[in-house]
Amino acid sequence: MTKIVGTSPLREDARVKIDGAAKYVDDLSFPGMAYAMLVRSPFPHAKISEIDASHALELPEVVAVITAKDIPGKNKIPIVFDDQPCLAEDEARYIGEPVAIVVANDRRTAQIAATLVSVKYSELPAITDPLLSLAEGAEKVNPVLGNILSRHKVNKGDVDSAMSIADVVVEGEYKTGYQEHAYIETQGVIAVPENEGGIALYGSMQCPFYIHKALGYVLGIPLSKLRVIQTVTGGAFGGKEDFPSLPATHAAIAAYLTSRPVKLVMTREEDILCSTKRHPGIVRIKYGARRDGTIIACDAEYILNAGAWSTLSPIVLWRGTVHSGGPYRIENFRVDAKAVATNSVPNGAFRGFGQPQVCFANESLIDELAVKLGMDPVELRLRNALDIGLETLTNHVIKESCGLKKVISLVRDEVKWLENRSRKERVLSNGKYYGVGFSAAFYGTGLGAGGKKIDRSGAFLQVAFDGSVQIAVGTTEMGQGHNTVLSMIAAEELGADVKKVSMLPIDTSRVPDSGPTVASRATMMSGQAIRDAAKQVRKIIHDVVAKRLGAAVETLEFEPGVIFSGAKKITFEEAVTWCFDERVHLAAQGWFKAPNTEWNSENGLGDAYYAYTYTAIGAEVAVDKETGEVEVLRIVSGHDIGKAINRREVEGQIQGGAVQGMGYALYEDLVSTNGKIIRPNFSGYIIPTAADIPEIKPVIVEEPYEGGPFGAKGLGEPPLIAIAPAIANAIFDAIGVRIKKLPMTPERILETLEAVR
Amino acid sequence: MKNSTLHLKLNGNEKTFLIDPADTLLDFLRETAQLTGTKEGCGKGECGACTVLLDGKPVNSCLVMAVQAEGRSVTTIEGIKSDKRFDALRASFLEHGASQCGACTPGFIISSAALLTDNPDPTDKEIRSALEGNLCRCTGYLKIFSAVKHAAENKGER
Repeated sequence: MTKIVGTSPLREDARVKIDGAAKYVDDLSFPGMAYAMLVRSPFPHAKISEIDASHALELPEVVAVITAKDIPGKNKIPIVFDDQPCLAEDEARYIGEPVAIVVANDRRTAQIAATLVSVKYSELPAITDPLLSLAEGAEKVNPVLGNILSRHKVNKGDVDSAMSIADVVVEGEYKTGYQEHAYIETQGVIAVPENEGGIALYGSMQCPFYIHKALGYVLGIPLSKLRVIQTVTGGAFGGKEDFPSLPATHAAIAAYLTSRPVKLVMTREEDILCSTKRHPGIVRIKYGARRDGTIIACDAEYILNAGAWSTLSPIVLWRGTVHSGGPYRIENFRVDAKAVATNSVPNGAFRGFGQPQVCFANESLIDELAVKLGMDPVELRLRNALDIGLETLTNHVIKESCGLKKVISLVRDEVKWLENRSRKERVLSNGKYYGVGFSAAFYGTGLGAGGKKIDRSGAFLQVAFDGSVQIAVGTTEMGQGHNTVLSMIAAEELGADVKKVSMLPIDTSRVPDSGPTVASRATMMSGQAIRDAAKQVRKIIHDVVAKRLGAAVETLEFEPGVIFSGAKKITFEEAVTWCFDERVHLAAQGWFKAPNTEWNSENGLGDAYYAYTYTAIGAEVAVDKETGEVEVLRIVSGHDIGKAINRREVEGQIQGGAVQGMGYALYEDLVSTNGKIIRPNFSGYIIPTAADIPEIKPVIVEEPYEGGPFGAKGLGEPPLIAIAPAIANAIFDAIGVRIKKLPMTPERILETLEAVR
Repeated sequence: MKNSTLHLKLNGNEKTFLIDPADTLLDFLRETAQLTGTKEGCGKGECGACTVLLDGKPVNSCLVMAVQAEGRSVTTIEGIKSDKRFDALRASFLEHGASQCGACTPGFIISSAALLTDNPDPTDKEIRSALEGNLCRCTGYLKIFSAVKHAAENKGER
């Protein structure tokens, strides 16, 4: 029985945030600091023939103007395929692509000087529609990889034969739009030259070791001379996974060449125009089922608009591909997925990582299948749901920790499904139409077969003379509660009071590489690495205590802050003092390697991941048929997460993810015309506000996973993934029309209503 | 160019600064007064991260020029922190998990402090309406509403 895990200790990091004392990157400055501003391409595709900086350099406060030819190392950003340049050299391939770096003594001068750099462009034809990019004979958009940046297929069974014998077949095409992360703190970094000739890079980020590698590439100096320090990070959601390498390399090159600290903080407009976003998607999907509701075949095609460079698109695509048929056992499954290059801003990681697009499609189509079968949609999901002993879409046989049926049933009850679904009176007192909808999803936690080379985590734990405990990992706090949860895991395993545990601030020269803070993996992977270290240190302490007391070490028992030997009680602090007297080293390195996966990339079959988080969402809406507006009345969001380490923070993830998913479903409409993003601000791009928030009821199911700390699986992303289809299904229940494109704005709903009238 | 003088009451103290007349109140607070607790989220008055109290009323400091604060009173998150009246509010944000990444938090605290000063017993609807100008991308807002509600209910106990 755990004493700390499962409770809700307060977040220590929140104290300074609440007081305004937490130092985010823009709150820091260094003596002699200069400011960088980027010159960016105004064209989606253009040849660059000349860059003339003379006018900018005439301003007395301008320090330098840096172009591709000044880069000391490689002009490449390492992510997956290394195709993206740090600065465009001969051609610019999207609006906002960096062309030159202007460095000035103050921010305002840098902004003005950036407009004075004269770049001679000759515009070239641009392809901004992924379907045109796929067309025969299309111009090559990406010079390194061509127009299909990545392609994944899964082929299981005989889809064509199964479809031909199916009693019922349904199919549809679903489209999803961009989604902007809209973290409240924009992208920012400061590069500081160090005495030994290296660079220290401070910034807002998820993955310090990605940036570390990128700095080595562009500066051409050993990684041992570079360090990356994470500053308090004001939200990320995937947007600070791959993208920060770009501004970090710009600031680092500027600092290296000018020998001054250089700050680069993006304005909101610049951030929306130039940073990565959720990929717009097109999903064509078909289910074949028997009359009794058993789904026997699924055939899907998935296209992502990746933008000009590949960034993380291959992995985003892969995650979407292997989840594209939903959390069901389906004997025959086929999917063909492509990430396609276009002359638009490169897209990248975003909470859900290629899954929200396919989930909107498959979970909408499941409801259409239910209609055609004359079956209750929840019953249909339960009939096909994954369970222990059944295999996923890619033939991964689930051996443990599968709470899908349980979570579906609990959410069904909590949303009063049967009662609400069969309501006779559909028109509410305000004239709006009531509807209730359901969705389900699964989410492979960790990097899985798609990224197993970096799915490992390191940790360091040491105990100080006063009994306080310091832990170091390379995964990061970005608002999600990482530091609190990992401190709890350390305290539980070590037998210390959680208040005594502190996390070492992230500096790549001082913390182990724990892999990236992505894929809902930090609690699982860093949690296990910390347990490994904590167990070792606990053994050292217990050995000393046993020796002192003349007791057998196996007879000792412990709980946070106390060690018991029979009737004797020794405080943790006392035991630590004994250890220092004995001159033992109260520190250990921990390591955790994710389990091996069997994966066949030819047919796309195997263990895509080690374990899955299972989700069910119930959504109640009221639709105004006159205005097309949708009001979300209530969301029930259920997840089997193995173990809730900190219940309050779990609820925080569930509610925050639900609202971000609601924004994706209904409001967040990033309009891009010919590669140009229109109205890059919060009056043009609407995210949910305090006025839009329904009751959001978390339902937590705990089917423990042996490979996770105290049974825990990942939770960061699942709360967003299945919100949109639940709302779409509720809208269908309310007004009888199916919206097949996200976001489901009032205009789109009215158009659809009009079309069926 | 810092060639203009600004006299104001900043967090309760009369102060004089040399400022650049082109600075917004936000620029002045962060860069000249070195009060970095006030955050910039958009620079366009759309997110509320830079909310401060100007003569007791919440304003987006990115939309106010520094010179407009001449002779007036400005309260930032640093001022709220040292005002005992708001201890319960700050504690409630912590206890309810109302701050995740924290970038929006100072703005929410300021808007909530203004609400509770004017209206010590707000209804749920009044809380939502007072916070409509502040964007949060992490929490889904519900824990923020609870924190403010709880602070109002427990104001006598702290």
